[in-house]
Amino acid sequence: MSFDFLADKDRIFTNVYGFQPWNLKAAQARGDWDKTKDLIAWGQDRIIEEVKASGLRGRGGAGFPTGMKWSFMPKESKDGRPSFLVINADESEPGSCKDREILRHDPHKLIEGALIAGFAMRARAAYIYVRGEYIREAEVLQAAVDEAYEAGLIGKNASKSGYDFDVFVHRGAGAYICGEETAMIESLEGKKGQPRLKPPFPAGAGLYGCPTTVNNVESIAVVPTILRRGASWFASFGRENNKGTKLFQISGHVEKPCVVEEAMSIPFRDLIEKHCGGIRGGWDNLLAVIPGGSSVPLVPAAQIMDAPMDFDGLRELGSGLGTAAIIVMDKSTDIVQAISRLSYFYKHESCGQCTPCREGTGWMWRVMERMRTGDADLSEIDTLYEVTKQVEGHTICALGDAAAWPIQGLIRHFRPEMERRIIEKQGGGLMEAAE
Amino acid sequence: MAEAAHIPDEAETRARWGAFAFTDENLAKAKTIIARYPDGRQRSAVMPLLDLAQRQVGAETQTQGWLPVPVIEYVAAMLDMPYIRAYEVASFYTMYNLAPVGRYHVQVCGTTPCLLRGSDDVMAACANKGLVKGKTTPDGLFTLTEVECMGNCANAPMVQINDDNFEDLDYDRTIGILEALAAGESPKAGTQIPGRHTSEPEGGPTTLKQMVDANHDYRGEW
Repeated sequence: MSFDFLADKDRIFTNVYGFQPWNLKAAQARGDWDKTKDLIAWGQDRIIEEVKASGLRGRGGAGFPTGMKWSFMPKESKDGRPSFLVINADESEPGSCKDREILRHDPHKLIEGALIAGFAMRARAAYIYVRGEYIREAEVLQAAVDEAYEAGLIGKNASKSGYDFDVFVHRGAGAYICGEETAMIESLEGKKGQPRLKPPFPAGAGLYGCPTTVNNVESIAVVPTILRRGASWFASFGRENNKGTKLFQISGHVEKPCVVEEAMSIPFRDLIEKHCGGIRGGWDNLLAVIPGGSSVPLVPAAQIMDAPMDFDGLRELGSGLGTAAIIVMDKSTDIVQAISRLSYFYKHESCGQCTPCREGTGWMWRVMERMRTGDADLSEIDTLYEVTKQVEGHTICALGDAAAWPIQGLIRHFRPEMERRIIEKQGGGLMEAAE
Repeated sequence: MAEAAHIPDEAETRARWGAFAFTDENLAKAKTIIARYPDGRQRSAVMPLLDLAQRQVGAETQTQGWLPVPVIEYVAAMLDMPYIRAYEVASFYTMYNLAPVGRYHVQVCGTTPCLLRGSDDVMAACANKGLVKGKTTPDGLFTLTEVECMGNCANAPMVQINDDNFEDLDYDRTIGILEALAAGESPKAGTQIPGRHTSEPEGGPTTLKQMVDANHDYRGEW
């Protein structure tokens, strides 16, 4: 192993496992809320420049540069509309379980980040949208927010900075689609979570028609540490264009699934060997990996083993880093079933607004189930692929794409397996033997 | 909607819930919640208020709770919004129960990360205890639902029962939890692997070992 593993002193989320209390006193002892006023005194421009220089890309999946996103917000309100920061804690992408650890074990990093980010984009308040199922997590976060108000860290004259800033916790009620930024805004307004057409983009007209930026929990929670340690510190990890540290979440067929913060661009093999005790049954037993949450295409074993885990490295493999939710599958996996179950997920979570997605996700799942059992025709593999192409890119939001990609990845890499099932079911194997 | 649950007869529901109102305690909570949103935007509070109402119904019926139509009407009226807009919200999000459920709502995650780690065994344990998907047991104790990813993937497979998650399950551990609940006990929530704390690798963390015993401040090493 040649990789330079992240040292404990360079980890941002030092209480990620919750061995220590989440409360304000303990968080301050770990370094949170330390002279926050001085950071705010830097002014908006310097904060945004520092975040840009750090190379931080959004941690919610799309990987858009965070500092640049903030710079789209209006510098002054010409018509009196306030600006809002919405923090996306609607973590629902299958495989993802990192924001949960921040919410319940290190909530003050998020609240301090909300103040600094909110100040930098001139927002008057932050709404933290926590997925409904994170009931205990939302309780902890609300208690942490209450503590921060009590201590004067947020609210009027937040942290004695002269800036007024509110932080509100809003719990969802079980809808994956609310992780899409405009659906989240709709949901916050008290409606069904159905995505809006863009433009207008949220930075122009978002929550209550006001300029809004939506950021992932991790993107916001790392900001105070980046400012304290400097952009060059954060940028010293990872390859060019893929900077920083990252919470990786490894699930599936590894010996020890876990959540762990590591440097970006860590090779897959090193990540699994160091933190997960290896692949169940050894490396020869690895079948495929979904490296970025359920929406990204799977990557076969041979291609991923030594790949760098970052945005560009995984894009080169026809997949993506997404939320760094790594789903590992060994050779005992029924790969068609694994993907078909994801198709069911997207069918269940489609909001029903756009026809290609509403109808397509159900259709794709039903065909995938026939592929699983082999009760399909060989020509239907091509038909299925074509339908995924008709759903992809033809919907308001990316849920249609997310439903299409896993199936496309399966066909790209495991077509022979799909064909084998169909041929066997039709008695093809026997025919061959008879000849 | 083959999966649609049976909603009690309207006249019956109205007779039981027509006079629904928040308790004083919940009314105070509702006011705190409404104050989080700008003036004139009180409709934003519809989701937390429906949740609060469902919990109150739950407390009154000794179940997880559900949302009878008169209760949704009450919340809509409080927020000065048309009933249909509140109903749209209640029917769109999965956590609002539109039909009665049991004392414990057993929500087994069946999405791929849990599937890979044995959610079928969890389902089998539920079946063995007489739980049927989409149904409530005759004693009114358990309602079983298969749900989509709950975000506990590094601790899969898992089940959420009312407000608590039970993680790192297998067949026997699931049976143990269901039996404990049926006996009126409160089994320990979180991971069910002895010695595992939360989402660190089983057997102890590979990082941040100093944090296990003390609230270590790493700033001195920067």
